[in-house]
Amino acid sequence: MKQDGIAGARQPAVGALAAVPGSVGRGAGEGAAAPGASGPAAPAPAPSAHGDGEFHHHHTHAADTRHPGRHHLLTVQNLTVAFDMYDADAPFFRALRRRQEVVRDLTVSVHTGEILAVVGASGAGKTVLADCIMGRFASNEEVSGEIWFDGELMDASGLERLRGRGISLVPQSVTHLDPLMRVGAQVRGAARGETRSARAADARRRAERQRALFADYGLAPEVADLYPHQLSGGMARRILLMCALMDEPRLLLADEPTPGLDLDLAVRALGDLRRFADTGGGVLLITHDIELALRVADRVAIVRAGTVVEETARESFEDPSLLRDPYTRALWHAMPKHGFQVGAPTGDGDRPACGPQGAGEDAAGANR
Amino acid sequence: MPAADLPARPAPRRTRPPRGGRALRGLVRFTTLMLAVSMVTFALVGLSPIDPVKMNVGQVSYANMSAEKRAQLRSYWDADAPVAERYARWASAAVRGDLGESLRFSRPVTDVIGERAAASLALMAAAWAISGVVGVSLGVLAGAHRGRWPDRLIKGYCFVISSTPTFWLGLVALIVFSVWLGWFPLGFSAPIGQSASAVSLGARLHHLVLPALTLSVAGVAGVALHTREKVIDVLESDFAWFAQSRGESPRQVLVRHGLRNIALPAISLQFAQVSEIFGGSILVEQVFSYPGLGQAAVTAGIGGDAPLLVGIALASAAIVFLGNAVANILYGLVDPRMRQGGAHGTLR
Repeated sequence: MKQDGIAGARQPAVGALAAVPGSVGRGAGEGAAAPGASGPAAPAPAPSAHGDGEFHHHHTHAADTRHPGRHHLLTVQNLTVAFDMYDADAPFFRALRRRQEVVRDLTVSVHTGEILAVVGASGAGKTVLADCIMGRFASNEEVSGEIWFDGELMDASGLERLRGRGISLVPQSVTHLDPLMRVGAQVRGAARGETRSARAADARRRAERQRALFADYGLAPEVADLYPHQLSGGMARRILLMCALMDEPRLLLADEPTPGLDLDLAVRALGDLRRFADTGGGVLLITHDIELALRVADRVAIVRAGTVVEETARESFEDPSLLRDPYTRALWHAMPKHGFQVGAPTGDGDRPACGPQGAGEDAAGANR
Repeated sequence: MPAADLPARPAPRRTRPPRGGRALRGLVRFTTLMLAVSMVTFALVGLSPIDPVKMNVGQVSYANMSAEKRAQLRSYWDADAPVAERYARWASAAVRGDLGESLRFSRPVTDVIGERAAASLALMAAAWAISGVVGVSLGVLAGAHRGRWPDRLIKGYCFVISSTPTFWLGLVALIVFSVWLGWFPLGFSAPIGQSASAVSLGARLHHLVLPALTLSVAGVAGVALHTREKVIDVLESDFAWFAQSRGESPRQVLVRHGLRNIALPAISLQFAQVSEIFGGSILVEQVFSYPGLGQAAVTAGIGGDAPLLVGIALASAAIVFLGNAVANILYGLVDPRMRQGGAHGTLR
C-alpha cells in the first residue's frame, strides 16, 4: 500500500515540516513581512498582529475577515515541494537524478467563515498543495515549510490525523465514489469507536445525520439507495460534499469542484460551499476558473509556477489598481469582460456554453 | 452492453432487455459451439496417422491376424470410410442422443463419459474450490502488503509455481507424499482389488487428496497474481484515496471498498478458471493414474477412438461453456451497473 512507500520519505517530510518551530500561526512574528510586491506593505506591528484590516502573511483581507483566537484556521507557510526524479531530457543511461520544484515558497491562509479560492493554471502546483494539506506525500517528495491548523503546527502524521477529523476533502469527480456501494452508505462513511457499542451508536448518529443532510441539500431519501453511476452530475457533487460534511469538518478542501458541470450547477455547487462558510467553516477552493472563483470566494490567491503571487480580497479585482502583482493585473486585463463586475448577477453571456472553465483557462493561459 | 437482441430487424423501440432473447442467443451459441467442436475433432482424428485397428488389437495380435479378419475389423470399426461420411453418420445419430460406441471400451460413449466425469468432477471441484479460496486470500494479502515481505513471498511462490509444469509437480508430490512419507496412495481413485461397491467414501477422498492438491497448487498461482493486481488497482483508485482522506485506516479501506470491488473480477476469474483446471486435470490424472475424463481423453486420442474423443471434447466444451455462462449470469446479478443496464446514469 502507498503508506509504506512513503514511510521512508515521510521522515524528511516530518522533519522539515516540524523543523522550524516558528510561531507564525499564533500570530506573533511575521518574519517576511515585506513581500516583493509594491503597495502598502505594513509590517506586522505588534506581537498581537493579525489585525483584521492589515496586510500580513503576504495577504490582504476582505472587509469582514476576522481572526478568532488571533490565528488563522489554516496557514501554509513557505511551503516548498520538490520531486526527486530522473532528468527526462537526458539520454536514458546518462539521466541523472534531479530535483524538480513544483511548489516554491508558497504561503496561503484560510480564515474561519471565508472561502479562499486558490486559482492557477494547470501545472501551477495546486494539486500538490492540496495533497500536502491532506498529508499525502509521495515517496520521492521532499517537503519543507510549515502547515498550521487552528493555531497548531502540524507534522505529516498530524495532518494524517486531521483527515476527516477537522479537514475534509471535497474531491473532483464521481470516480471518488465507490462504484459498488450505495451512496447513502458512502455518505455515512465508516463508523468510529473503540468498542462495538460505540461504533453502533456512531453508525446511528451517522444515519441520522445522513438523512438530515439529504433533506438539507434537497435530495430525496430514495437517492440514498442509488449507486454512483445513477447520479446526475449535480447530485454527484452534492453527494461528494455530503461525504465531506458528514465528518463535521472545520475546513473544507474543495479540489476543482465544478468541472463538467454547466454554469447553473457550478454556481449551485459553489453556493453549497458558501453555505458551509457562512456557518463558520473555512473553505479552501482550488480551481482554475477565476470567474467562478470571483463569484463565490471572499479572497483569491493567484498561483503561478508553484507560488502565490497575490492573495487578496475579491473586491481588489474590481479595479486593477488594487492589485499588487503584475501577473494578477495582466490576468485581470485578460478576462473576457474587461472590468468584470464582481458580484453582479449578470455577466455570464460570454461564457461558452460547452464548458464553464474555458474562459478562466484562457485567461490564465494567456499569461502563463 | 449491447442491447441488440433482434439482429434481423432494427428494433423499433427499446423495451426491457428480453430475458428469453438472451437465453435463446445462449442456446444458439452453445449449439454452434458443439457443432464446431465435433467437426474439428473429427477432422483431427481423420488427419491422425494412428490406425485404430492396429492400436486397438495390439501390435502382436495385429501381426498374427489374417487379412480377412483385419478387413472385418476395419469394416466393423468403420476405419476406411472417409471422415466426412463418418461424421455425417455420427452426427445424425448424435442428434438423437446416441454418441456412438467407444472402440477402446466397447461401451456406449455416454456411459464411459458419465462414469469418468463423476470421478473427474470430484477432482476438479475440489481443486477449483481450493485454488479459488486460497488464491484470492493470497492475492489480497499480497496486494495489501505491496512491496513488503508477504507480497514478495507470495509473488515468488506464484512465479515459481506458474513456471513449473503441472505433471512434474505431480511427480514430485507422488515421490514425497506417497513414496517417502507414505501418506497417500500412489494412484487410482480407489484401493486396488476392491469391488467398486465396497470402496468407502473415506478411501475415495484419500485417493483424491494428492491429485486435487497438485491441481489446485497450480491454479492458486494464477488466481493469486490476478487478484493481487486487482487489489493494487483498487487501492490506488480515486475512491480508495477519498475513503482514506475521510480518516479510514488502510485496513478499513480494504475491508469496506477493496473486497467489494475485488469480488466481481474474482467471480469471473474463478469461472474462467474452469478451463484451466480442466486442462490441468488431464495431465494430473495421467500422472496419478486417476480414472477421470482427462485420462480417458488421452486413451481415446492414442487409440484413434473417434467417438469417445469427440464425446469427451463435447463434454469438456460444455463444462467450460457452462462455467462462463454462470460467470456472466452472476456478474449481472452482483454488479449494479450491469443490473441497471447502465441506462440511468448520466455520468459526466
